[in-house]
Amino acid sequence: MNQNIENIVKCRDVSVYYGENKAINSVSIGIEKKSITAFIGPSGCGKSTFLRTINRMNDTIEHCKIEGSVIVDGQDIYDPSVDVVPLRAKVGMVFQKPNPFPKSIYENVAYGPRIHGLASSKSELDEIVEKALKGAGLWNEARDRLNESGTGLSGGQQQRLCIARTIAVEPQIILMDEPCSALDPIATSKIEDLMSELAKEYTIIIVTHSMQQAARVSQKTAYFHLGNLIEYGDTKEIFVRPKDTQTEAYISGKIG
Amino acid sequence: MAQTRTEKIVIDSLKARGKKERNFRLFGVSAIALAVIFLAILLVSIVSKGAPGFFQYYAIFEVELTRERLDPRGDMSDQSLFEGQAKKIINEAVLEFTGAKNRSEKKAARSLLSNGSDVRLVEFVKNNTDKLDTMQKIKFALDDDADSYFRGFIKKETPEKQRRLSDIEISYLDKMKKEGLISYEVSDYLFFGSASRNAEMAGIKGAFIGSMFTLAICFIISFPIGVATAVYLEEFAPKNKFTELIEININNLAAVPSVVFGILGLAIFINLFGMPRSIPLVGGMVLALMTLPTIIISSRAAIRAVPPSIRDGALGIGASPMQATFHHVVPLAIPGMLTGTIIGMAQALGETAPLLMIGMVAFIVDIPGSVTDPGTVLPVQIFMWADFAERMFIQKTSAAIIILLLFLMIMNGGAVWLRRKLERRW
Repeated sequence: MNQNIENIVKCRDVSVYYGENKAINSVSIGIEKKSITAFIGPSGCGKSTFLRTINRMNDTIEHCKIEGSVIVDGQDIYDPSVDVVPLRAKVGMVFQKPNPFPKSIYENVAYGPRIHGLASSKSELDEIVEKALKGAGLWNEARDRLNESGTGLSGGQQQRLCIARTIAVEPQIILMDEPCSALDPIATSKIEDLMSELAKEYTIIIVTHSMQQAARVSQKTAYFHLGNLIEYGDTKEIFVRPKDTQTEAYISGKIG
Repeated sequence: MAQTRTEKIVIDSLKARGKKERNFRLFGVSAIALAVIFLAILLVSIVSKGAPGFFQYYAIFEVELTRERLDPRGDMSDQSLFEGQAKKIINEAVLEFTGAKNRSEKKAARSLLSNGSDVRLVEFVKNNTDKLDTMQKIKFALDDDADSYFRGFIKKETPEKQRRLSDIEISYLDKMKKEGLISYEVSDYLFFGSASRNAEMAGIKGAFIGSMFTLAICFIISFPIGVATAVYLEEFAPKNKFTELIEININNLAAVPSVVFGILGLAIFINLFGMPRSIPLVGGMVLALMTLPTIIISSRAAIRAVPPSIRDGALGIGASPMQATFHHVVPLAIPGMLTGTIIGMAQALGETAPLLMIGMVAFIVDIPGSVTDPGTVLPVQIFMWADFAERMFIQKTSAAIIILLLFLMIMNGGAVWLRRKLERRW
């Protein structure tokens, strides 16, 4: 592992329980800053659950218990003194199914800056919205219809709107939970291009079912199986020379 | 072409399957048809019985509005008009028309017009002071027995002893009809009158306003509390045995007979807190208790129908649970909440039993001016009228039922309209 690159997320012995059921078993991992890390693995392997521990979205789930430490940007996010609001402003999230608010495109993007009080004036807010939409590659399509409903966009546009909504808050890390699974190949490739672009500014962690997608976009890949982190390393290494037999079986299509 | 075994069995069973489906469809269609027939019978019966209740018979008499007699003090004050001789002026006009001579004839003549005719004359004078000291044709309501005669409920053929009108009275009424004094018009008493023992003067205005006040109180109390409870239980309450118990109890409360809430209101609001009886404020509070479970249950269903992805989206960019709830979940759930609320209010509008318990069945002539004035409500008014013996109250009752139904339809229409208007797709 390259030691001179800073790890912005450091997880140590993280275990997640749903009631009695252990979903994640003592995972330790470090995520590099301003890179794309992919979590891959068969369904139910816990990769989404693990992703959601990084911005404490699991808090909303009843009976979910977390052990171990997750350090984001030098702060233990499960420390009792930590408030999830600033944490989630720092660690944004894009979901599997595009979920724009049933409001105008403008309002969708402006919502985050508004609740956090990031803009002091209307013109400043306009600038933030424009910048976020540009950053998400949606500006050209949406500039003339900012007041139209966000739900009227196509699936791919909706997902980019959700990305714009996330980056409008200027987080450091963006978690993406299978962001392309509901999209067609063309929309998917747009999102993938966008991710590579965003990785210049943000740290991106993506959960994906598609190994090709992981291979295309990510610098690092982590392979999960049954709640265990089986293998973690440079994407090229993992896909060309997997060290673990389970990883190899999954990548070559024998399981999964 | 050879049939496989499966094909053969399937084809053989088709007939029986088809028959089952046809039977089920037939069953469904006949159930709906039956319901529609009953509804049609109900509507036709109510409308045909109730429509005449919107009209009543009036007699037009020309009276002289002599100023000194009507307004002895000369200042047009209520007191002065009250001391005036309005009743006498009307009686003189009737006596002159009928030519009644002896005592029994005069008595008969005086009984033909409604008891409230003098009030009507005074009202006319108040609104038309410029017409004083002139002759004016004024429309007076007929007494309810006279009204029933023209409707054909009292028949000349019936022996005099067995009917409520004497031969003399009938002959006077026939004379009025012949001379063209009688008119059949939309009843102003029905809409602008309040409770009265005189059927021809009874109206729903007092009860209608009482209903409005009661519903307003009911809404003001039950909507915020109901919605807040639903939001708390769905979004914030810890899921434990205690909240489970509360949920079960709320669901059970929805099935409690309404009269029980009346007894509760009587015990708590009136006996314990010492609030006055018969007032819309207490009525509204009792109905609010009754409506709360309905509102809570429907609001919770509305909140649950909001996709969790919307909540996640808000939380994912750092909204606090409170912000996610009130910026996104509640606005999306509002149409459903309002629908449930209006259904609950419509139920409250038609409720009689709990209001009987808190004394809103009192005979109150004055129209309530505020929520703390004694009053009654439409369904209770209907209940009271249905109990009165006079023939004319049957029509009034039916007319009031139609008005109540119209009111309900308007409320339900409002619910549909609101839902359409506020509904947003996601």
